[in-house]
Amino acid sequence: MDKLAISATDLTKEYGERTALSHANFSVPAGTICGFVGPNGSGKTTTIRMLLGLISPTSGTGTVLGENISQPEKYLPKVGAMIEGPAFYPALSGLENLKVLATLGGFPLERAEELIGKVGLGDRGGSKFKTYSLGMKQRLGIAAALLPNPELLVLDEPTNGLDPSGIQEVRELIRDLANHGTTVFVSSHLLSELEMISEYLVMLREGKVIFSGKTQDLLAGAEPIIVAVPEYEVDLTKLVKLIEDSGHAVALRDGAVQVTSSKEWAPTLNRLAFEAGITLASISTVQQTLEETFFEMTEDEA
Amino acid sequence: MIRVVRAEARKLRRRSLLLSTFATVGGLSGLFTTIVYLMINSKSGNSRRGERISALQLSQPDGLVYGFKLVGAFLGIVALCIFASQTAQEYTYGTLRNLLVRQPSRMKILIGKFISMKIYALLIVLFAGGFSIALSYALAGHAKVSTAKWSSHAALVILGQTTLNIFLSTLCFGTLGMILGLLFRSPISAIATGVLWTLILENIISALIANTAKWMPGQNFSNIGEGGSAIASYKYSLLISLIYLAAGSTLVAILFKRRDVAN
Repeated sequence: MDKLAISATDLTKEYGERTALSHANFSVPAGTICGFVGPNGSGKTTTIRMLLGLISPTSGTGTVLGENISQPEKYLPKVGAMIEGPAFYPALSGLENLKVLATLGGFPLERAEELIGKVGLGDRGGSKFKTYSLGMKQRLGIAAALLPNPELLVLDEPTNGLDPSGIQEVRELIRDLANHGTTVFVSSHLLSELEMISEYLVMLREGKVIFSGKTQDLLAGAEPIIVAVPEYEVDLTKLVKLIEDSGHAVALRDGAVQVTSSKEWAPTLNRLAFEAGITLASISTVQQTLEETFFEMTEDEA
Repeated sequence: MIRVVRAEARKLRRRSLLLSTFATVGGLSGLFTTIVYLMINSKSGNSRRGERISALQLSQPDGLVYGFKLVGAFLGIVALCIFASQTAQEYTYGTLRNLLVRQPSRMKILIGKFISMKIYALLIVLFAGGFSIALSYALAGHAKVSTAKWSSHAALVILGQTTLNIFLSTLCFGTLGMILGLLFRSPISAIATGVLWTLILENIISALIANTAKWMPGQNFSNIGEGGSAIASYKYSLLISLIYLAAGSTLVAILFKRRDVAN
């Protein structure tokens, strides 16, 4: 088995009656990029905080870089993290904020200056944090996470507030780090971004892990979608009813019907439509994206 | 531990905080010392509660620190505000999580913070004392106060004792601020509670109920700065303050160590 950067075994966190995370089991192989996805309130940040020793699990256990999460001092010097958005002292400059953390972690102060340039804040490093835009704050948060030259980088919504070029820069940065052996555990709402970079995925819903494994296994396991467009729009309703009567799930989107089914059913659909007097202008099968799979998995079970 | 102290020092030495703190301390020190010397012949008095301090009294060895003693009581409030805000802001800014990722030992964070703020409090006291003494020398001639005994050995001993007492008093107030900051996790709530209790509520309670002053934490902290008073001896105030602060510190240290960092 691959060396693991993160593992969770029955990890549970309860706040009184509310269960934020329930018996989570997952693992993240070292040196990979692992996406961490789930709707708001599904327990992502709680999980990340437990992995970083900020909150104690109610039960269960976990390891980070081979060390038990009950002893964060053993692994945190090798971990960089940005949790729930960047948090810094507003009255200090971006550079000075980094220097506070560099001093605390025992890293050379030159590393702070180097990282300010690396994340594109070189000319604004001396400005107070409170004057930064959301995107600049996010860049500073990423710089702070990179301070220890981490073996494991944990990023919670790193692209929030970034413009498209900023998002691309973060994507390239993550890929570059992974190419140099850093494990990246990244949560994001931009599922298309995660689909592009993540080799592994952990998916949460209502505090439970609903998928943990390779991204390609998740997508391969998802049924494709048959997209059919009738020649005449008036036939849409008739076509939907026809599909529903045949026992398939169907959705109406952008003047087309979308059927979740195996691609082998496409000729059958074509024939059924013809027999019902509906001419199809087009019919095709498409593989579900991560976003579509995510919605299917998180909504269907809700 | 030293890394925590140095990291905290980086925050404490920011220009806006330094300027506002030292301007406040300098202003208070200057104001009280000036009143003592410039209002020396005023019928309404030149000290607290209308008390009159004559030129003869000021020309004694302890006359040198008279202004310093007056401002000493207020340095505690300044320290309370700074200690409370520097501690509680880690929660309101959400920066505590960054600190704990870089230094997972919560006790090291807490003790390192305390040490750095202690050094800051010492600087405040030394600045206030130095400014008050310089001003005393500058104004002594105008008030016809002889400074001959101010450079005696006895005067130096009194200066040393007063500085130590005011520092201890300031530290007690500051520690109370830190305790409140950790309890309330909000600078405004911590400062408001601390100032309201020590400056107003304690005085009201002491005025309404006899013999309660010597049990009040704020009164005892101030009493240390004054080197003891008719209300309570210096040693008594030290002991009572130590008990209060040890109990409070133990409570917040346990809370700080065990509490989830969820913000």
